[in-house]
Formats: sequence, structure tokens, C-alpha cells
Amino acid sequence: METKKPDYVYVTYIATTPEKLWQAVMEVDMMAQWWVDPRAGCARVNVSDWKPGSLWEHRRADGSGVVDIVGKVMEANAPKRLVYSWSRPGDAADESRHSRVSFDIEPCSDGLVKLTVAHDDLAKDPAMLAGVSGGWPVVLSNLKTFLETGHALPQTAAAGHS
Amino acid sequence: MQKAPHIDKVFKALADPTRRRLLDQLHSDNGQTLTALCEQMDMTRQAVTQHLQLLEAANLVAVIWQGREKLHYLNPVPLFEIQELWIRKFERNRLGVLYDLKTQLEGNQNGNEKT
Repeated sequence: METKKPDYVYVTYIATTPEKLWQAVMEVDMMAQWWVDPRAGCARVNVSDWKPGSLWEHRRADGSGVVDIVGKVMEANAPKRLVYSWSRPGDAADESRHSRVSFDIEPCSDGLVKLTVAHDDLAKDPAMLAGVSGGWPVVLSNLKTFLETGHALPQTAAAGHS
Repeated sequence: MQKAPHIDKVFKALADPTRRRLLDQLHSDNGQTLTALCEQMDMTRQAVTQHLQLLEAANLVAVIWQGREKLHYLNPVPLFEIQELWIRKFERNRLGVLYDLKTQLEGNQNGNEKT
């Protein structure tokens, strides 16, 4: 597969294990506690069986079941690397409109795990590019706080429920 | 094994105007090589390299390899954490002060029944 230059690369160091981090990015019950972006109004969860080739859905966790993003699992190598495609539900059939998200998990010194999230191929959808650029730092900070303390940042969680 | 950056490193890295300029350059065009960044800086390649190393150690710059090219990305995650840890903290205090003021004034209006 040809590698493209990512549009965004985000790195965070988390005091956890690669296995727990892997679980947190895949399990719906855990994700509902940290995938909170105050602008989005409610928590979101990514639903899939996470097998390569399977579909996944970015679903609102407010009971509405609304799906905002869909895609396909491209790589799932536990607990190291997860790659999936990312598109609006209306563009699901048109691969030329899909972008791609990768999670790379590496153990570090001091009991920390380095998480690198890259999002590439966003250029063909400028509105999506603008939307995700502010969103990732929030969800990654929440993920870190959730894994290190057992709950998300209080103010963002509160905003998420309002 | 890499060492994780401490928040002191983030503040130290941000204290330098050249490093803030490098971050601004990455903000306007993310994922640049050292050569591309040097073209816009009026200093030696070695000096730019040193500034980038400090930014990387602070996790403000994330680096990935694309073939033989090393690409530098602005990593806003520590900036968001500073915002959460510091700026919002002070906002909360200010909201607390306003709350106290409101309670006090409303208390006075009601004949200051409770102190």
C-alpha cells in the first residue's frame, strides 16, 4: 500500500499498558466514557468487531443511534496498530472521499505508552479536515485522563451531558 | 525507549520566540521536512535542528518517517492539556468568585438571613 503524508499527527503519552489502551479504543462501554467532544454534545462510540475488512460506525451514545462516520477496518494488530477508513455515511460507497485514521501504540520508559494517531487523505473534504483538527486533541486528552484516573475530564464530561 | 515529556518542558519550549515561530509554520503547513522549515528561518540548519529537538522533547512536535523523509507535525495535545490544567482552572476560580458574589448579593437582598 502506498503511504501518504498524513494531514495530522497527534502524540500523547499515557500511564497505562498497551493492552488497556487497545481495549479503550475498541470497547464501546469504555469509549462512551472518554470519546467526548464538548462541541459534539454527547459521547460517541466506535462500533465494530474490529476484524480487518469489517465495517465500523462512529455512533452517538445518547440513545439516538445516529451514525456520523462510517468506515472499514484496514489493519488490526493487537495491541500495536489499528487502521480504519473514515467517511461520511453518504460517501460510504465512494472510496475517493474516504480518509484514513491510524493508531500506533508503543511502550515507553517509566510505565508509559506512546499513542500516535495520524489522520491522512483529508484534503478532498475540507470541511472534514477542519472538523477533525479541533476534535482529536480533545478526545485524546480525555482518553489519557480516562486511562490514568478512571474518568474523563470533569468539565468536558459535564459539557457532554448538557 | 523514549522518555515522556514533562509539562515543564512544554512551558520551556514555548518560552522561545523562534520555537513559537516554528510551531506557527507547522500550523500553516503541517508535516514539513527540516529543509523546508530551514528555508523560512533566518538561521543555520543546526540551530533549527536544535530548536526542533526541544519541541520534540516537549511533545509539541511529532515526527514521523515517510520513506527517507522525516516529517515534522505540530502536536496540539500538550497545548490542550495546558488549557485544561491551567487556563480552565483559573476560569473555574473566577466562576467561583462570581458565584460567591451572587450568593452574597442575593443574601443581602433577602435581608441577609444566612451568612
